[in-house]
Amino acid sequence: MESDILRIENFYAGFGNSTILKNINFSVVENKITSIMGPSGCGKTTLIRCINRLHEFSPGATFSGKILLRGEDIYSINPISVRRKIGMVFQRPNPFPNMSIYDNVISGYILNGIHLSREEKERVVTTSLKKAGLWEEVKDSLHRRGTFLSGGQQQRLCIARALAMNPDILLLDEPTSSLDPKSTLLIEQLMEELKQTITTLIVTHNISQAARISDYVAFLYLGELIEFGPSNKIFTNPENKKTEEYLTGKFG
Amino acid sequence: MALKKTSKKQEIKKVFSKDPGPWNFYSRAGNKYFLMDWIFKKILFISGVSIFFLVLMIFIFLVLNSMPSIKEFGFRFFLSKSWDPVFEKFGALPFIAGTIFTSFLALLISLPFSLSISLYLGEFSKSGFFSGFLKNSIELLAGVPSVVYGFFGMFVLIPIVRYLEIKFNIEPYGVGIFTSSIILSIMIIPFSASLGREVIELIPQDIKEAGYSLGSTRYEVIKRIVLPYAKSGITAGILMALGRAIGETMAVTMVIGNSNVMPKGLFSPANTMASLIANEFTEAVSRIHLSSLIEIGLVLFIISAVFSIMGKIFIHKFSITENG
Amino acid sequence: MDNKNISKRIFKDRIFTVCVTFLAFIACLPLLGILFLIIKNGASSINLGFFIHLPKPVGEEGGGIANAIVGTFIVVGIAFLIATPISLLTGIFLSENRKSRFSEMVRVSIDILSGIPSIVIGIIAYLWVVKPMKGFSALSGGIALAMIMLPVVIKSAEETLKLIPYSLREASFALGVPYYRTVLKVILPTGFSGIITGVLIAVARIAGETAPLLFTAFGNPFMNFNITKPVNALPLLVFNYATSPYEQWHKIAWGAAFILIIIVFVVNILARMISKKWKVTF
Repeated sequence: MESDILRIENFYAGFGNSTILKNINFSVVENKITSIMGPSGCGKTTLIRCINRLHEFSPGATFSGKILLRGEDIYSINPISVRRKIGMVFQRPNPFPNMSIYDNVISGYILNGIHLSREEKERVVTTSLKKAGLWEEVKDSLHRRGTFLSGGQQQRLCIARALAMNPDILLLDEPTSSLDPKSTLLIEQLMEELKQTITTLIVTHNISQAARISDYVAFLYLGELIEFGPSNKIFTNPENKKTEEYLTGKFG
Repeated sequence: MALKKTSKKQEIKKVFSKDPGPWNFYSRAGNKYFLMDWIFKKILFISGVSIFFLVLMIFIFLVLNSMPSIKEFGFRFFLSKSWDPVFEKFGALPFIAGTIFTSFLALLISLPFSLSISLYLGEFSKSGFFSGFLKNSIELLAGVPSVVYGFFGMFVLIPIVRYLEIKFNIEPYGVGIFTSSIILSIMIIPFSASLGREVIELIPQDIKEAGYSLGSTRYEVIKRIVLPYAKSGITAGILMALGRAIGETMAVTMVIGNSNVMPKGLFSPANTMASLIANEFTEAVSRIHLSSLIEIGLVLFIISAVFSIMGKIFIHKFSITENG
Repeated sequence: MDNKNISKRIFKDRIFTVCVTFLAFIACLPLLGILFLIIKNGASSINLGFFIHLPKPVGEEGGGIANAIVGTFIVVGIAFLIATPISLLTGIFLSENRKSRFSEMVRVSIDILSGIPSIVIGIIAYLWVVKPMKGFSALSGGIALAMIMLPVVIKSAEETLKLIPYSLREASFALGVPYYRTVLKVILPTGFSGIITGVLIAVARIAGETAPLLFTAFGNPFMNFNITKPVNALPLLVFNYATSPYEQWHKIAWGAAFILIIIVFVVNILARMISKKWKVTF
């Protein structure tokens, strides 16, 4: 049985006097991969940053509308607990350079001052790294700095860091845009495996990537949601002409 | 319905656009972090305010404590040549003159050297043995305490100057304006040279290459492209170096001869404003004497503040031209 | 005609190159001179007794500068304790509020503060501390040095923290970390080596300052650990002994100058090593 975990209702967002997102409405299904795709500048990143409440850090940020996580508006509860329930991975890998791999994984606990016993730490590090498919590669160098890893490994470390907090939803903001094809493939496989336990929302401007991995697709164009639906429907039989043009490479 | 929506949007807009950035971002959530963040930001703000107030209070205290002297002597303070603690007549002209002579002379002496070093390091050779040696020496020179410079001046420069003075039939004091200027120039070279190098290194390579491609020699490129381009940056460096020289105390005190009369010539003993304070502050018993010394301190403060701000303006100008 | 012109230009260029190199080289000579003199005169007057004994009156052989070494550590220590926390907080404030008008005002204040002649800082410490406490003291000397240290550390802290990429703080926010913890646990530790370097450079600078101590720490021929009483300091001792007429004291002054310069250089080198070794790569 499928149930909605996140609902976005009448959502507007922008900076200063300009509006980036206009009247966005769709739902994210639990334990599925939903892709947000569209040409660059269409507001994909803004949308995903709104879901993590990072949008409000930008100067002059504005918004209205609702984002409901399990029926609760994330803008009416405090941002700290929102961000702990919704993990995020960024375009460029950004492990903390002053921490070891081990500390990076549990950095969410360290930085929030949540005390973990030794066994709990071990368990969280091991399971998160295993989930992120990085365990085999780093199990012998857990106490080295995170920055010595390759870009792809760093990105998976960031995924492990987000997973360590046991989020309900994982947001990925073009996680493979700065990576080589091999690392990209690894991360896509990883998302496939994670699907059992976690809802994933991924922003991508790579159409084939969206087609490969997603169950649902939202197509954004110039800040408006043009089309949303199951990915096999969108990719084989789009309702909207704009979607069809984008998928066939007429723009974007 | 539609109307209600827009009004809500505007309300939210106000909250966020009034105070952008990380500040104020927890204002909608009532948890303990809201308070901690609020306190933390206030602490940061207060520390910024405290620096501002520190400088303001320094100025105010200097003004307040020089009031007796300002009231007593008025503007004559800057024109009178006599400094007489016994009859309590105080005029700062000899020290103003001493300061101007020593610092400008020092600047004049140091300019060719510091310009050469900045050109050598910034333009001629950026790596190599001599550049490395030069760079390290400059950094070490900048780190030598000023009292050590003064010590060096007392035991090396003074005998040399005295020898020269005998040679040229001048009264052989050894100490005096000339000796102080040399010591000062040695002290400001590392400062202005490293500033000059930074400025010259910032000049875009393509502009210089355009000069070379037209067949200019390096001398011509430096004269017609590098120096004009770096003009305001170099001016800032000169201003800052001058500010340094004017405020420098210990080295000058040790070699200037500490004479409270108008300097008669290049080689006569004198006093600068800073060295006068160093010499007399602990000995000043009368209120008016102390107040006069503090007024001289106030003058030094104002001069240094003006130089700092002007230097900043010139640097700003340079960075604007540099960015196109 | 044309060829002649070109060779004239090349000749000019050569002369210029030689002049620049020559002048740059000449400028290094004073450093070599100073180092040579201090090592030559200073090293000979140093032995163990120099470090552990107190100065002796004129005419007596021997004697050391233990009081000045201790005093320097006391005043520099006080300055360090006062200036470091304020500088760090202000540095964070400026790097967090890059463009606000108020931080621009604070920046101008810092520029003015760093330009104030150290003797004027001495006057201020005299007015603020010595006069109310009715006596010279190590504390007043430390406060004077702290005012000199502040702008140096603030500037280096601001520059260091500015370079830390925004993505790191986003990573921290995304984990649900509140702002104050993000700054204290992510941004500060990442800029740690740069900040330490700035603090050390500032310490090296104030360790050699004399002018602000003349009428604050004042000097003291005896050993003193009480911060409300006057203390001696190495640069003060160098000044007082060098300007005295006694040959014996000059020798002690050379030794003290030697130790002072070694302290200053060692701290500087340490600062550079730290900034190289602990450099955080992003």
